[in-house]
Amino acid sequence: MKTNPAKAWLYLIPAIVFLGIFMVYPLVDVFIYSFEEGYNFASQSYTGTGLFNYSYVLHDPYFLQALKNTLILVVITVPLSTGLALLISLGLSSIKPLKHVFQTVYFLPYVTNTLAVGLVFMILFKKTAYTDGLINMMIQWFGGSSVDFIDGPYWAKMFVLCFYTIWIVMPFKVLILTSALASVKQDYYNAAKIDGTSTWRTFARITLPMISPMIFYLVITGFIGAFKAYQDAVALFGTDLNSAGMNTIVGYVYDMLYGDSGGYPSYASAAAIILFVIVLSITTINLMIRRKNVQY
Amino acid sequence: MKVVLEHLTKVFPGRKGRKQDVIAVNDFNFEIPDGMLVGLLGPSGCGKSTALNLISGLEVPTQGKIWFGDTDVTEIPPENRGIGLVFQNYALYPHLTVLQNILFPLQNLKGKDKLPKDVMLERAKKVASLVQIDELLDRKPGEMSGGQQQRVAIARALVKTPNVLLLDEPLSNLDARLRLQTREEIKRIQQETRITTIFVTHDQEEAMSISDLIIVMKLGVVHQIGKPQEVYDDPHNLFVAEFLGTPPINVFYGTVKDEALYIGDEKVLSVPGISDQDVYAGIRPEGFILDENGPLTCRLKNVEVMGRDISVISTHGKTKTDKDIRSIISTDNIVDRSSGKVRFSLKPHKVHLFSFETEERLYFQNSRSERHYED
Repeated sequence: MKTNPAKAWLYLIPAIVFLGIFMVYPLVDVFIYSFEEGYNFASQSYTGTGLFNYSYVLHDPYFLQALKNTLILVVITVPLSTGLALLISLGLSSIKPLKHVFQTVYFLPYVTNTLAVGLVFMILFKKTAYTDGLINMMIQWFGGSSVDFIDGPYWAKMFVLCFYTIWIVMPFKVLILTSALASVKQDYYNAAKIDGTSTWRTFARITLPMISPMIFYLVITGFIGAFKAYQDAVALFGTDLNSAGMNTIVGYVYDMLYGDSGGYPSYASAAAIILFVIVLSITTINLMIRRKNVQY
Repeated sequence: MKVVLEHLTKVFPGRKGRKQDVIAVNDFNFEIPDGMLVGLLGPSGCGKSTALNLISGLEVPTQGKIWFGDTDVTEIPPENRGIGLVFQNYALYPHLTVLQNILFPLQNLKGKDKLPKDVMLERAKKVASLVQIDELLDRKPGEMSGGQQQRVAIARALVKTPNVLLLDEPLSNLDARLRLQTREEIKRIQQETRITTIFVTHDQEEAMSISDLIIVMKLGVVHQIGKPQEVYDDPHNLFVAEFLGTPPINVFYGTVKDEALYIGDEKVLSVPGISDQDVYAGIRPEGFILDENGPLTCRLKNVEVMGRDISVISTHGKTKTDKDIRSIISTDNIVDRSSGKVRFSLKPHKVHLFSFETEERLYFQNSRSERHYED
């Protein structure tokens, strides 16, 4: 076949132009901002260059709180949601009657608006002057004492945030894993059956390796998604996340850009770059593990 | 170990009244003697894979019993039947190496059957060398050819030394050359292990070439069981006659009158013992003798010289399907093409008559071959 570089470039131009303007340029710009001290949008001026922005951000207690919150969220929700999704998918693929009903039910959170769900969660968990909320009523019913999950202790708030996040990311994972399980050929299970393989061993040695590419995909995207968490926290705790102590890294970046005093793009950029480096490292580690374990 | 099927029937219920029940296996009654290589042969959709799944235990029969030796295995789950099954697409675990695949069944053994690691390894290596894949033990299935994967699948099925080895369309995923080679290989492995082996195929040549016994079936019904040559020489009905043999048997519309077979107006063969009626006359390609005074006249179409023999391709107005007549004659003959006609006389034992109504075989004197079958 004759290659025609001019033609090829012509076809590539629309994508390159759009990606260049709306992705590459802003990324590079953010990188540059992060080294420019005291950058001001209005005057387009800055007072100096250096690593001060990073130093400021890394010493800002709000950022450290946001970093801690985000890490806790990631460490708890990614394994839990993937594991639970796997259990639910296994259950879904082993039942016949009502399978489609259950599939629909599990997929519902995916098509529901995040803020609306947040509102419902608030009603479930919030303690007000008039009511303790449904969850607290249940806790009391079992003999516990009620806790304010929305304005109360840190662990309670973190619990609600994790619970909510798991609930909201579950349907997509269930969807992916159910189809992954369905794509494992029946012949493998028949072969295992004839060889007298126990149920657990069939799962561990056949099913799990067969769907491992999909599990890794979910873990990687799960990590990235959890690191970028923001709207879930807003939906539960309102926009003033710093005072609630429930800010996330993306929330911190947002606050630095548009927060009450408003307009610290340099700090925002530095925080964004730090987040980028964290996500990049975690994803790289994930991919390295994946390459070692998924080999077919 | 001998395998006996007793009134074995499998019915798949129709879907919500819209479809009729499908009788995939209809009242199978036969015995497979110990140590034989048996071909279960039939056109696609005839229920042969279902029959195999019933023997393996993956399907539960609607009715009937299955015996392995003196044990009734009908209610015994597949893992306790002592069978090895090779799947049509091999079903090798893609994430495991060849050695791990072969070890897999052994690692499942529990309790008193549990084997020490070195014994497992030894047995895996032994069976690997039986199917000649010693060199490939560290490979993954994806890195091997179809023929090699097939061998691994056989090794995995054999490693527990099963009583019965079952193969589902073992050669269908291989190319023509590999198919020839692999069928010899299956024969060799079976002869070395002497394990009763049943394989399913739709390819009659495949079944004929390596089986000790073939079972011809159609639409869930067994039509004939016998040694390949026996079934070929003495088909019990038209289906069996048409299904076996390449090139296939030539079938004519014929009439029997006064103990003589007429095709069209020509009296082609005397068939003592058959009453006057309409018949199908099946003539094997090797049943024609080139004879300028022969009674059967056909229009000559083509002559294919094969070196070893000659194929004479001709047509006749009375053939069952509008197919050409293919006759195979020795190279000693010279075909005279000038007249555009060719005349044959017939070898009586290569002519099979079938009732027009029932398609069952009609026997006349001399109609059985002179051959004596040894057990």
